[in-house]
Amino acid sequence: MRMRNLLAVAMMTSIYSLLSASLFVVLDAVDVALTEAAVGAGFSTIMMLATIALTAEQEKVPRHRALLPLIVVVTTGAALIYGTLDMPHYGDPEAPIHKHVAAAYIHDTPTEIGVPNVVTSVLASYRGYDTLGEVTVIFTAGVGVLVLLVGRRRNPEERRRVP
Amino acid sequence: MKDLVVLRVITKLFFPLILLFALYVQFHGDFGPGGGFQAGVILATGFILYAMVLDLEHAQRIVSPATLRNLMALGVLIYAGVGFESMFMGGKFLEYRVLADNPLLGQHLGIMLIEFGVFLTVASVLITIYYGFVARHRENHTDQEHHE
Repeated sequence: MRMRNLLAVAMMTSIYSLLSASLFVVLDAVDVALTEAAVGAGFSTIMMLATIALTAEQEKVPRHRALLPLIVVVTTGAALIYGTLDMPHYGDPEAPIHKHVAAAYIHDTPTEIGVPNVVTSVLASYRGYDTLGEVTVIFTAGVGVLVLLVGRRRNPEERRRVP
Repeated sequence: MKDLVVLRVITKLFFPLILLFALYVQFHGDFGPGGGFQAGVILATGFILYAMVLDLEHAQRIVSPATLRNLMALGVLIYAGVGFESMFMGGKFLEYRVLADNPLLGQHLGIMLIEFGVFLTVASVLITIYYGFVARHRENHTDQEHHE
């Protein structure tokens, strides 16, 4: 399937996000699902549409062949699928990921934090530094957009001189 | 899109509900799914819907770009401020249990405050980004009119 209309591509990406959000619900990761639905399907789509409105609606026809990118994508995909062969089964209590700090977080949250949602206690308390870093990243993104799109206001006279 | 009646009525109907849902996700984040980040995004998408369907000026009358700029800094400030407050009260940076006499109460208070900081920053940054894109779009259009 080949699509050069970027509006349609943005809508397809949005649908893909919504589908993966429902996949997260099936996997019992409701917090991630909520984020994916709000950010992936909602906000990113709006931003893609806004960018398309600022640039062009149709993708340019590329001059070169897509052979090399295809090889890279197929090889990476094959390597990733090969990597999943050793993975523990879904929900396996003996999986390494459940042997690390996760067990302690689940065990200690009721006594140490007292918050019923373990995800919140991990994000806000046990991993508070990380979340502070994330908020700073989001803040930086906002400042970046302000500097790039809003701050630059040349007067019309000057703008006409610059071709 | 202002002259599309169905879209306008539905938007006006849903705007308060989206805001209410954002607040629910925010304050219920300790008990169910959600938290500051998700609530911020939901609130921002509500405002963006409003600005898209009705008018940018209407949305900017509710929250002006200058207010948003202050709010996005205030959110980070609240978060880091809670960290320093727990340091001043004898704990480590972001160690919430020293914030109140009861450690569990302190944790609750700390989590609520930092989630509010996250909420403020995320919501105002996302709305600011949208405002920025729309402002640039309009600028480009007035440019083209100048050239013609």
